[in-house]
Amino acid sequence: MGSISYYVRRVVSSLLTIVLIATVTFLMMHSIPGGPFSREKAVPAEILKSLNEKYNLDAPLHEQYVDYMYRLFIKFDFGPSFSIIGTSVNQLIDSGKDASLKIGLYASIVIILLGIPLGIISALKQNKPIDYAVMFMATLGVTIPSFVVATLIIYFFAGKLGWIPTFGLEDPRGYIGPVVALAGYSLSFVSRLTRSSMLEVLRQDYIRTARANGISEFKVIAKHAVKNALIPVVTYIGPMIAALLTGSFVVEKIFAIPGMGRYFVVSVGNRDYTTIMGMTILYSAFYIVTILLVDIAYGFIDPRIRLGKE
Amino acid sequence: MKRVLALLLVSLLVVSLFAGCQPKASEPTETAAPEATTEAPAAEPVATVLKWNIGSDPKTIDPTLTGASDGGNVVHNTFEGLVREKSGVVHPGIAESWEVSEDGLTYTFKLRESKWSDGSPLTANDFVYSWKRGMDPKTASEYAWIWEYTNVVGAFEATSGGSLDAVGVKALDDYTLEVKLSTPTEYFVSLVSFYHFKPVKQSAVEAKADGAWAKDPALTVSNGPFTLTSYEIGKGLTLTKNPNYWDAANVKLEAIEANFIDEASTAYQAYQAGELHYIPQVPTAEVPKLIAENPEFHIFPLLGTYYYNFNLKNEIFKDPKVRRAMSLAIDRELITETLGAGQMPAVGFVPPGFIDAEGKDFNEVQGDLGLPTDLSKVEEAKALMAEAGYPEGKGFPEFTILYNTSEGHKLVAELVQEMLKTNLGISVKLENQEWAVFQDTRKAGNYEMARGGWLTDYMDPSGLLSIFTTGNAYNDPKYSNADYDALLSKSAKARGKEHFDALYAAEKMLITDLPIIPIYHYTESMLVKENFVGWDRSVLGTVDFSLAEFK
Repeated sequence: MGSISYYVRRVVSSLLTIVLIATVTFLMMHSIPGGPFSREKAVPAEILKSLNEKYNLDAPLHEQYVDYMYRLFIKFDFGPSFSIIGTSVNQLIDSGKDASLKIGLYASIVIILLGIPLGIISALKQNKPIDYAVMFMATLGVTIPSFVVATLIIYFFAGKLGWIPTFGLEDPRGYIGPVVALAGYSLSFVSRLTRSSMLEVLRQDYIRTARANGISEFKVIAKHAVKNALIPVVTYIGPMIAALLTGSFVVEKIFAIPGMGRYFVVSVGNRDYTTIMGMTILYSAFYIVTILLVDIAYGFIDPRIRLGKE
Repeated sequence: MKRVLALLLVSLLVVSLFAGCQPKASEPTETAAPEATTEAPAAEPVATVLKWNIGSDPKTIDPTLTGASDGGNVVHNTFEGLVREKSGVVHPGIAESWEVSEDGLTYTFKLRESKWSDGSPLTANDFVYSWKRGMDPKTASEYAWIWEYTNVVGAFEATSGGSLDAVGVKALDDYTLEVKLSTPTEYFVSLVSFYHFKPVKQSAVEAKADGAWAKDPALTVSNGPFTLTSYEIGKGLTLTKNPNYWDAANVKLEAIEANFIDEASTAYQAYQAGELHYIPQVPTAEVPKLIAENPEFHIFPLLGTYYYNFNLKNEIFKDPKVRRAMSLAIDRELITETLGAGQMPAVGFVPPGFIDAEGKDFNEVQGDLGLPTDLSKVEEAKALMAEAGYPEGKGFPEFTILYNTSEGHKLVAELVQEMLKTNLGISVKLENQEWAVFQDTRKAGNYEMARGGWLTDYMDPSGLLSIFTTGNAYNDPKYSNADYDALLSKSAKARGKEHFDALYAAEKMLITDLPIIPIYHYTESMLVKENFVGWDRSVLGTVDFSLAEFK
């Protein structure tokens, strides 16, 4: 059924997408005003020259581009960071990935293991107190920004009560705050999405047919309803995981976590070209991989959406 | 559905393996354990490990390369220069003594016999190497511009590609360093206490390029009270007492654990919870309460001024009456009260903290130069606007105040907007730009009124006043007054009273011409545990833990 060739095509198109993203980012980055060496204090011309030479910024743009792409795709070298002197972007990512991946992973697990069941329960108990309670919490979770949640967690649970450390991950309890702050929004969103999708499915004819056929209620829900209701949820969860795993600027900054999420934002302000490129490419790669996984997952949920038949 | 979940979980697990299989460099459990025992019961022997927050992860901690205070604060504790300046007083460092020739042009430093942290001897040649490395354009130190202000013979030329051999820095023997200046420079000795002028060891520097050696505990060699023993990107670093430091007998702290927490409110909570002993950057919202009641709170003047630039190329600001009217219509007290972090209303450009030839504070002697801190001269302002042909602001074109995006700058701009409207009837629009863009726009002169801020880099009022000389790279208003330039160059050549008299006259001229509106003088605040004593701070704001201890 040609699924091998389908995967080959997908991988090739994914690679092309990354090249395209890298190109667009490269061009946009160089077109915004201000450079990595814009300073309050004027750097002597000769020194600026030597800085530009060092980072290859004196070459024509197309040469810089070719050089960058060569290093990136052939050597997997993101180049030296412009703002942390003497440190490569690979080192920055390497030192930050553990913390970001772990927190992102725990947050994803919390979201999936809590968000989906809560949404299902809410839908099954529609307009009952438990539904109201879950939806109230979910509305709060979607509307309160993560920096507020993070600051409140530090203020109460770390500052006032002393249950968790105020910063860092040395103590395993240190994960609680960042995971809750990071998961909050998506957890709420996933439970709301699951609930509404579930409600829609429950009104379908085939559910009524299944019930009329005397299939046990548990089987109706677990086998027929939930499976179909999860399609939109899985669509959301894929890219969400990519975003969570690459780290969050806000959460990492507030909890002082040595992750890689912060570089995404900080590098733009610093015009740290190589770090901007590195983070963008890394994020796109995660994103593309999770989308591919989502597509595969569709096939399992609903055999009609088999790959390669689109 | 099970299959879907299983699939998601498997993919998550794959990632977790990737995350989990890394060597756990980021969990120094061995350092966590002893500190718990020294800290828990208050009656136990006093702590010898300082927990310090640096703020952000420093760009570099190579003394020659660093130009920022976060890296500078580390360097100040890991390296020792010729001298150490504490609270404005110069103390001997590696130099035991020094002599100045009669004409003020030759400095001879007698060095003590001291060692690098690896045990090798430190000689005058190390200073010669380090200083020339700083000037060399190949080193590409962003701080190299400071050489222009040292007046060391040939140094400024060297930063722009001139010969390093022609530079007036020479080792007469292993323990004598001779420096030749082109003009007498009163502040020279205090200037060389700055981090850029600390010595580095050539073999260490060459071990890993671009200052990476300094962050690598295996490679770094220093000569200060502490040496670097760990560095984790984005997280923190550890400094340990250096037994080879010349004054090691007086260093009481065993170690310093420094964190990179750049969120002020998090650091504040950690401080409150006792997880940190010393934090800079106290959250602004907490400052008023802390000033009033907390003895652990310290506030210091920073030697700099926050001001607004008039773009003098713009027709509407050509009339000095207009500029003076606007300067008088600003309630500086209200601005500093609103900001609430202890800033001082500025009625001149030179902040308190500079001592003149008679030992008096420059700012105090100079007085207010006719600018009020409040609205006491608002009637004069209104009259000036009327004289200039804009009674009650009528006919004065609307203009834009440009500032770089930040809550604090926005607040000041809104207050100024309101004050100009209420007091003079002038309408102002506000525009903000992201920092890097803002700097370019301001430098190019594409603005009407723009915020500015300047901190001195050396202990002399000319560190501030010289930026408004004709053609200076930071002269954003494009102010040009031949008399002003003459006063600054006169002060550069003169010494003692004559030097300061020229600077007094220059500041007076600046505040008469008003190419800028001075708004406030910067301050810096910090929280330090009460039982932590003996720490010091240079007047330029660099923190010094060499003699600090817990009581």
